[in-house]
Amino acid sequence: PLLWFLRDTLRLTGTKFGCGIGACGACTVLLDGKAARACVTPMQAAATHKITTIEGLETDALHPVQQAWIELDVAQCGYCQAGQIMAAVDLLQRKPKPGDDDIAMIGNLCRCGTYPRVRKAILRAAELIQGDKK
Amino acid sequence: MSAPVDAGRRRFLAVSLGTGGALLVGLRVALADPAPADLPMELLGDDLTELGPFIRIERDNRIFIGARGCEIGQGVMTSLPMLIAEELDVDWNQVRVVQLPFGYIDTDKGPSNKYGDQGAGGSTSIPDAWQELREVGATARWLLLQAASHEWNLPVDQLRSEAGQVIAADGRRLSYGALARSAASIAPPDQPVALKSPEQFHIIGKPTRVVDARDIVTGRSHYGIDTYAANALVAVIARCPYLDGTMESFDDSETRRVAGVRDVIAIPGPAPGAPFNGVLAAGVAVLADTTWAALKGRDALKVTWKEGPWSKESTAALTASANDLLDKNEGGVGVRSDGDFAKARKQARQVIEARYEMPFLAHATMEPPGALIEIKQDSARLIASLQNPDGASKLIADMTGLAQKDISVRMTRAGGGFGRRLKNDFVAEAVLIAKAAGKPVKLMWTREDDLQHDFYRPFGVHALSATIDRKKHVTGWSHRCAATPRNYRDAGMKERPIFTGCLEPDDFPAGLVANLDKTFFSVASGMPRGWWRAPLHTFHAFAVQSFIDEIAVITRQDAVKLRLDLLGEPRQIPYQGHGGPMFDTGRLAHVLELCAEKIGWGARRDDGHGIGIACHFTFGGYAAHAFEVSIDGSDLRIHRAVCVVDVGRVVNPLGVEAQMMGGTIDAVSTAMHLAITLKDGQVQQKNFPDYPLLRMAQAPQDVEVTIVESDADPSGAGEMGVPSVAPALANAVYAATTVRVRKLPLMPELMRML
Repeated sequence: PLLWFLRDTLRLTGTKFGCGIGACGACTVLLDGKAARACVTPMQAAATHKITTIEGLETDALHPVQQAWIELDVAQCGYCQAGQIMAAVDLLQRKPKPGDDDIAMIGNLCRCGTYPRVRKAILRAAELIQGDKK
Repeated sequence: MSAPVDAGRRRFLAVSLGTGGALLVGLRVALADPAPADLPMELLGDDLTELGPFIRIERDNRIFIGARGCEIGQGVMTSLPMLIAEELDVDWNQVRVVQLPFGYIDTDKGPSNKYGDQGAGGSTSIPDAWQELREVGATARWLLLQAASHEWNLPVDQLRSEAGQVIAADGRRLSYGALARSAASIAPPDQPVALKSPEQFHIIGKPTRVVDARDIVTGRSHYGIDTYAANALVAVIARCPYLDGTMESFDDSETRRVAGVRDVIAIPGPAPGAPFNGVLAAGVAVLADTTWAALKGRDALKVTWKEGPWSKESTAALTASANDLLDKNEGGVGVRSDGDFAKARKQARQVIEARYEMPFLAHATMEPPGALIEIKQDSARLIASLQNPDGASKLIADMTGLAQKDISVRMTRAGGGFGRRLKNDFVAEAVLIAKAAGKPVKLMWTREDDLQHDFYRPFGVHALSATIDRKKHVTGWSHRCAATPRNYRDAGMKERPIFTGCLEPDDFPAGLVANLDKTFFSVASGMPRGWWRAPLHTFHAFAVQSFIDEIAVITRQDAVKLRLDLLGEPRQIPYQGHGGPMFDTGRLAHVLELCAEKIGWGARRDDGHGIGIACHFTFGGYAAHAFEVSIDGSDLRIHRAVCVVDVGRVVNPLGVEAQMMGGTIDAVSTAMHLAITLKDGQVQQKNFPDYPLLRMAQAPQDVEVTIVESDADPSGAGEMGVPSVAPALANAVYAATTVRVRKLPLMPELMRML
């Protein structure tokens, strides 16, 4: 699967292993811009496609979602956060002004219980992105 | 140079001068401690200076502070350096924090640690460091002031410090960086220097974000699992699925044909009944070039396991056994007895009784256990996500014969801990494999490995009885607990009573009810048991705080008032357990009252929503929770979640809020859905689909956290936000439905009863 190629071969370790069955979302990456679980994405399905991992999100500056994550102090242990951030990026591309129910569709697991701050950070990121466009 | 501050103390402060002129102040252990040569790479300056443990001030005024704790998400990488920075009198944004490795050191008096206590358990990081690490900062500041005093030939009392500078009365300024070299040549104070008074604090008490958040959100933060080493093979282990079972035989011919697989090694299990000092289970390790090859190799293994002595064990049988022990009421161990409960029972107007059942729980850290280890002829190196680096260091020494001073242990940021990493069984596995393979090994655990091979939070049934007089006062309280003892095959608990970790003699309402009896009954089980976030408190607070609610309902009293009446006048009563020596009834009453106020307790509702409340004292911290819920088909909707906490003086409000918010959601998650069950001597859960942590859609949208202002010395904050959640939630469910859930997890039980 893509996950182990990213981690063991490319040493891009920001994409995390959590369950190996696509259930937890710690390995979320963007495949052609859409959220995908790298642990259940076969290499054949990834080849010739554009993959963005957490390491590739920052270009000249932090991505607004990353900024919002810092601002809202979301992370506790931080292990699931790369996946949460990638899922949030995907959501905001589809729904620039997400409602509570849209945000709740993000099914990534967090054992530390950071969900309330994840929610706030997504709303904040949406603001930042809107602001950038103006 | 190196000089003692107070040789009479176990540890003392010392300074040493780096060749680059950096000032280093830290806890030192031995008088004769010349150049410390074993410095963490992160603290080495551009010119590879010798460094002390905690503070490094470069000439260009860059200030480095070492973080000694194991960061498992509780925020110690931020909060502990804040203590040092406060007394050093620098601005927080001047500070760069670096993670320190395990600081083992040999001394004349035996093994010690140059950084002090580095473990993460029992919410002790802040209380242990509160005095110690502030002194580190204060001593460095004292030296810098002395240096400025020499430089300007001015008395120290005409100098002050601010934001990494010393400032004279006439306005002259020198940066700490400019003073560092001369400060390091000054003899340290022979008395501990005065610490700031709280009104002078400008870092302690200020909301401070996670110090390495940028690394986390950019994927640059390295966890144990992110560590690679040249020549290291990846190992995964097929472990025996039976409790205390053994490996009869295995066929690895298919495995060895998998591309990338290099070796297959049998791992002997622990001796039956012996303490779990090493590995947790018998197994077969597959070593490969990559994780995926190792996993495929493991899938191709054919292993014949032999059932152990517990092959009949099941959750149903354990429940029956616990209830049978409680019914027969024989062979219990006295935990605490006050007055005469039997007499109170005879004289009672009313006796109320109920039983509550608690399941085994797994830790399910998002980052599964694992370790990277390299063992050489004369040294060893471990890099892993740890909670107990001291234990890991000792374990490697025991298993390799190497001296602890030759073993380097580095803890990375850990993807959760919750008590799982207090055990180092995964380190033991890695050592065995690395020794056999003669190569560095990176051991990986999968989620299935993790859920099936854990040190589980104990299982048990609590039987509570209360005697009530004519005035509806609680005159007697009996708490009998039949459980799989936490104290099981744990060498470290040999001297402790069997009920340790399941029932606490002095917990509420002990000392508050005249006739009290607490008794413990051991349920035999082969399940390994360990500490799980707020261990014994999650285990019994559900029973105690649900039962209080039941008493209130049956005797038609207000559930908050009943608790307040029991707590009585604000006063300190003795508490011998962890978090003592005293328990302040007033502080618990205060968080409860505030919580009731915040949730709108007592208001009449006609929307079908129910409100439940509970409070508990955990490890020196006081917490109360209240929930507003409704039931919608098979959904439990949490409309509001309120948490009020008093953890004494708060070092980092943003961190404490995170712990309470997260602790609340973790506890809601656990209370609603989580259980590890057994059938035929095997754990039945395999991965998240059958151990369903709460997802965002089911979690409360927000947790309204109130932190009580307090001048009391700080307790920790990692665990207090957990124990009162499950009972508050069950009490809210009762209020909404009049269905009393006495068995966790709550949702399956509620659905069965509705």
